[in-house]
Amino acid sequence: MSMPESSERIITFSQAVNEALAEEMRREKTVFIIGEDVAEAGTPFKVLSGLVEEFGTERVLDSPISESGFTGIGVGAAMTGMRPVVDIMFGDFMTITMDQIVNQAAKIHYMSGGKLKVPMVVRTNLGASRRSGAQHSQSLHVWLSHIPGLKVVLPSTPYDAKGLLKTAIRDDNPVVIFEDKMMFQDKGNVPEDDYTIPFGVADIKKEGTDITLIGTSSMVQIALEAADLLAEKDISAEVIDPRTVMPLDKKTLIESAIKTSRVIVIDEGYDSYGVTAEIASVIAEGAFYHLEAPVKRIGAMDVPIPFSPVLEDLTVPNAGMVVEMAKTLCAAA
Amino acid sequence: MANKDENNSQFNSSEKDATEKEHSIHMFRQMLKIRKFEENVNQLYTSAKMPGLSHLSIGQEAVAVGVCEALRNDDYITSTHRGHGHCLAKGAATNLMFAELLGKASGYCRGKGGSMHIADQDSGNLGANAIVGGSAGIATGAALSAKMRGTDQVSVCFFGDGALGQGIIYEVMNMASLWSLPVIYVCENNLYTEYTHYTETTAGDITARAKAFHIHAEEIEGQDVRQVLSTSGKLVQRARSGQGPSFLLCNTYRYFGHHVGDINRAYYRTKDEENDWKTNRDPLIIFSNWMTSSGLLNQSDLDQVESEVQTEIEDAVQFALDAPYPKPEEVKKHVYA
Repeated sequence: MSMPESSERIITFSQAVNEALAEEMRREKTVFIIGEDVAEAGTPFKVLSGLVEEFGTERVLDSPISESGFTGIGVGAAMTGMRPVVDIMFGDFMTITMDQIVNQAAKIHYMSGGKLKVPMVVRTNLGASRRSGAQHSQSLHVWLSHIPGLKVVLPSTPYDAKGLLKTAIRDDNPVVIFEDKMMFQDKGNVPEDDYTIPFGVADIKKEGTDITLIGTSSMVQIALEAADLLAEKDISAEVIDPRTVMPLDKKTLIESAIKTSRVIVIDEGYDSYGVTAEIASVIAEGAFYHLEAPVKRIGAMDVPIPFSPVLEDLTVPNAGMVVEMAKTLCAAA
Repeated sequence: MANKDENNSQFNSSEKDATEKEHSIHMFRQMLKIRKFEENVNQLYTSAKMPGLSHLSIGQEAVAVGVCEALRNDDYITSTHRGHGHCLAKGAATNLMFAELLGKASGYCRGKGGSMHIADQDSGNLGANAIVGGSAGIATGAALSAKMRGTDQVSVCFFGDGALGQGIIYEVMNMASLWSLPVIYVCENNLYTEYTHYTETTAGDITARAKAFHIHAEEIEGQDVRQVLSTSGKLVQRARSGQGPSFLLCNTYRYFGHHVGDINRAYYRTKDEENDWKTNRDPLIIFSNWMTSSGLLNQSDLDQVESEVQTEIEDAVQFALDAPYPKPEEVKKHVYA
């Protein structure tokens, strides 16, 4: 892990995000937040609580329920000297912002021959398991990862959440950050210092030799849990978190695959055509002659996410699925 | 560009006349430049020298010039797929524009934007947009940005009657009104939403849409550049002095088809209608008639402008035709800043 050992301070994922925003807003006057219920309400998840008290309603703007409109306003503000952080309450609502992000924000720098820039952050979330039904539970980050011009960030720990968000705010490109809403209360060590985490640098969360488990966002925790269970079976699993899927640290992923010769990619996007497919392809190309088994993928079941808890739980990847697949892959050697 | 905020009271009457003459010549030149620019685009396109799509704004020159003449260089505009006129009126150079339209390296966007994506940061043009209504958020965001940065810049969002069907227009007008943003929504109603008369696609009253958000709205004859300028000037002043957004409906007409290839238009409009606008409501004729009848200019002044513009456009076309294409390595540049 890349965490410095000097300062031990345990806070939640939510507090880490809040702290990153507060620090950047203090540092840079052009940073502001816009979105639904971001001010006094601090969002339904209370991640932004306290920011409006410090920075005022001029810099923490409660918007109408107009995702397309206020995302577009973010684009225009970013093009003219501001650094907006656009808050999209649920990742599912990214569908409503698509023209503004895909056709406008992502392309403006290129279409203008490098003259205009869109230094905008979109903060949103992903992940099922909250019994919220098919329109509040999806993990749609691959949609954005497909679009040249965008960067896509998936923090998995409080430490990463703070450092990656600060990097995103300082980036001159449109960056979309997906936080798993089930992780907001997760705790971890987060230094009080000002630190950033570069994009495109994967983090080896646990070293191992028999199999590589590549997880994104909350699936990193699933992979770590699976690694512990596999250790009991004398299977040594390496766990890697790409942290950003655009840009993707292909080198670290391929090196690990070459070392262990077996790979499972776990991501909460739908199983088909997902981030897992891209990563599996990168590894198949980069480590083909070193692999003992096909690269396997685990994603969310290809169904609209059902409401009933007994059904919803069937659709989300879990450590048991990873363990079973890993055992099969390792036995096949 | 002339300084539009100039207080003319300091001038005596002959100086005032000279200034008015100079400004009128400038506006006439700008409109004529757009007309000739577009005629040449048509020529380049139909002779297969220009790739892609092209949407001509001939007939709508007075809106672009009248509005942009009310703006400062550091004010913002966002434009549309029919945006050559806006771009020129805001201060872009004809040679770099032609180069962009032909996909050349010396174009405004190094050949990577093209007709529908021309942007020119130096003249405050945040870009044409090939998504109908797609720039409404950008224009409104630029206005929010101006307000947050404490400048007195104003932002103008040009859009056509077709964009009245897009939801984002209403989302951002709502926010512009709530937050009293310095943005002017300029709706160019050229009567046709592509190939369909706007009355078949647009229910109710157009300015009432803005008024419902308590946005100040006016409707004007968009073929009369003097009327467009005076009304725009008032709306710009409102926005600049913190009185919030406004909506300007300009009634105008597109002489050519939706795009250059839209030749046979009989199924959606008559030749008589086209001829009526060209003869009786042409912005260049209206303005030049006013100038000559009021004694401001005579025909030889106008001929002089015409010949200068003609030379400029011919040189600009030649510049673009001679300009090199981008090198292959350009294709991967500027994906990320």
